[in-house]
Amino acid sequence: MTDKYNMPDERGHFGPYGGMFVAETLMEPIRELNEAYQRYIDDPDFIAELDADLQDYVGRPSPLYYAERWSKALGGAQIYLKREDLNHTGAHKVNNTVGQALLAKRMGKTRIIAETGAGQHGVATATVAARLGLECVVYMGAVDVQRQALNVYRMKLLGATVVPVESGSKTLKDALNEALRDWVTNVDNTFYIIGTVAGPHPYPAMVRDFQAIIGREAKQQCLAQVGRLPDALVACVGGGSNAIGLFYPFIDDTSVKMYGVEAAGDGIETGRHSAALCAGRPGVLHGNRTYLMADDDGEIIETHSISAGLDYPGVGPEHAWLKDTGRAEYVSITDDEALEGFHALTSMEGIIPALESSHAMAYAMKLAPTMTKEQIIIVNLSGRGDKDMHTIAQREGIKL
Amino acid sequence: MSRLAAKFAELKQANRKALIPFITVGDPNPEFTVPMLHAMVAAGADILELGVPFSDPMADGPVIQRASERALAHKMSLRKVLALAEEFRQTDKKTPLVLMGYLNPVEMLGYQAFADAAHKADIDGVLTVDLPPEEAAECVELLKEKGIDQIFLLAPNSTEGRVKKMDAVGSGYIYYVSLKGVTGAGHLNTADVEAKLAEIRKNTSLPVGVGFGVKDAQTAKTVAAIADGVVVGSALISKIEENLANPQKAKDEIVELLTSMRLAMDS
Repeated sequence: MTDKYNMPDERGHFGPYGGMFVAETLMEPIRELNEAYQRYIDDPDFIAELDADLQDYVGRPSPLYYAERWSKALGGAQIYLKREDLNHTGAHKVNNTVGQALLAKRMGKTRIIAETGAGQHGVATATVAARLGLECVVYMGAVDVQRQALNVYRMKLLGATVVPVESGSKTLKDALNEALRDWVTNVDNTFYIIGTVAGPHPYPAMVRDFQAIIGREAKQQCLAQVGRLPDALVACVGGGSNAIGLFYPFIDDTSVKMYGVEAAGDGIETGRHSAALCAGRPGVLHGNRTYLMADDDGEIIETHSISAGLDYPGVGPEHAWLKDTGRAEYVSITDDEALEGFHALTSMEGIIPALESSHAMAYAMKLAPTMTKEQIIIVNLSGRGDKDMHTIAQREGIKL
Repeated sequence: MSRLAAKFAELKQANRKALIPFITVGDPNPEFTVPMLHAMVAAGADILELGVPFSDPMADGPVIQRASERALAHKMSLRKVLALAEEFRQTDKKTPLVLMGYLNPVEMLGYQAFADAAHKADIDGVLTVDLPPEEAAECVELLKEKGIDQIFLLAPNSTEGRVKKMDAVGSGYIYYVSLKGVTGAGHLNTADVEAKLAEIRKNTSLPVGVGFGVKDAQTAKTVAAIADGVVVGSALISKIEENLANPQKAKDEIVELLTSMRLAMDS
């Protein structure tokens, strides 16, 4: 799909980033997973089954929607939204869980585990597990269980066991720790569906490949609707799966600028944020080397974002590489700015975005006016905002 | 010969097995650690594993996770662990010290600075849980220059090829994780461990210490019969956790447990 760019190398390195930094017990399962993934990603039967599921179960292709009224109001570039919010389960996460679940089935695994932050990946995992009749256990930070109660209920309805994680900061990173502990204990029958482009090799490459459908479609749709490539891509970055999914098919198209939007929380200067690429430094966590939020002693710093899905101290290693090489630019948006983006899209286009995606919207609001009316921005609308009604109402002092 | 190699040679001569206790440095407070280390040596410990606390101990069960949290609450860090090791060395020049922890604190310090600091603190071995040999080349080289052994883990699902890899890259000893799981979990199956050790020994002459699931004198004795070393961690840290209001009592109970293990292993 990309002719020139060919990351990662066979051991999962994106330059100095990525790799396989796991305890010995996990080395064999990730080798086994990599072997299965390499075998099936080019297998016509597997691809046919995946494509059919993406079309008939997920509802792909997702539209590329011209946000005409909003673009005019902003007075600059024309904004197109990649409508991942219209997927089954309401976000881009399902593209990956459908793929990994098919892999789990072919590998003969009977039990699925996952970590989740906002709950979108947990729901998407519980969904595919229900469909395939697989046991499903989802680890979720106790803080997130509280702030995403609706998604917890959805997962339970889908038959998953949701385990609140009480250790550490009780958020996404701790859920990942706990899922890794489960995996190490149950390696024989268990498939770990990681929800983002992090973790040890092959996860960053595999999740990217399953999410790259976003960018492939967007490229075709943009060519069909506008007759040329876009000038810029904008997507939010927590772990970075929706962003890499949009970016990857455009990496060799150097005229297309790529902006990854991190969560600045209360503001980068306050230290209460989740912007690993903008304000962190390289280190090793959760199986790969990447930019992290860590202190001078190497301890992971507690992160903050209004959006649970962006509240993670690391970021996918490929983003670290794209930052260092300058191919993508990483910027940040505060909680307050994200809320402005949320309201703007809701009121101008009648689309209620997820808080995660609202960060991308808020950056598009800054970027579009700096560009000409002839230019085009594709913004990834990675998820819908239904799950965030409670958070937003609370933040704005409204009792539901 | 490194202190670890010398220790295992000496034990072999005496037909004894190594007792290797693990505690998290700085748990329940930084003042507790150095006297505890000396007391463990007096109780019969041959090698000491010093747990470096980390905010995200992915391979550890709840007991060691909480030990890490308590130590971090006292601002314990890799640098401070090394300072305490140096303090221990002022009165004990013989007992091998092994740092056991996760990679990120080492990454932040930088590999060269870490090797220098570990050498200055007279550390004998380093075991980094999330640094498999595939990623370890640079770190191993720098430690080797300083005469520090890099110890690797083997697990029940490690293949023959991996045993050979550990033999080539590692030194000091091999830490065999007796079960699939996290620290402090379950019961080890002696027959399984024995069979796997036989397989491992076909491809390495390094001493093999066995950990995960050693809880008391009986399990220590069982493991000593088949391995070169017995590693005990969570069972000791549980004593600390049970006596948070009374660290002296924790220390006494740890000494008592180690003494009973030593006796059982030697009988």
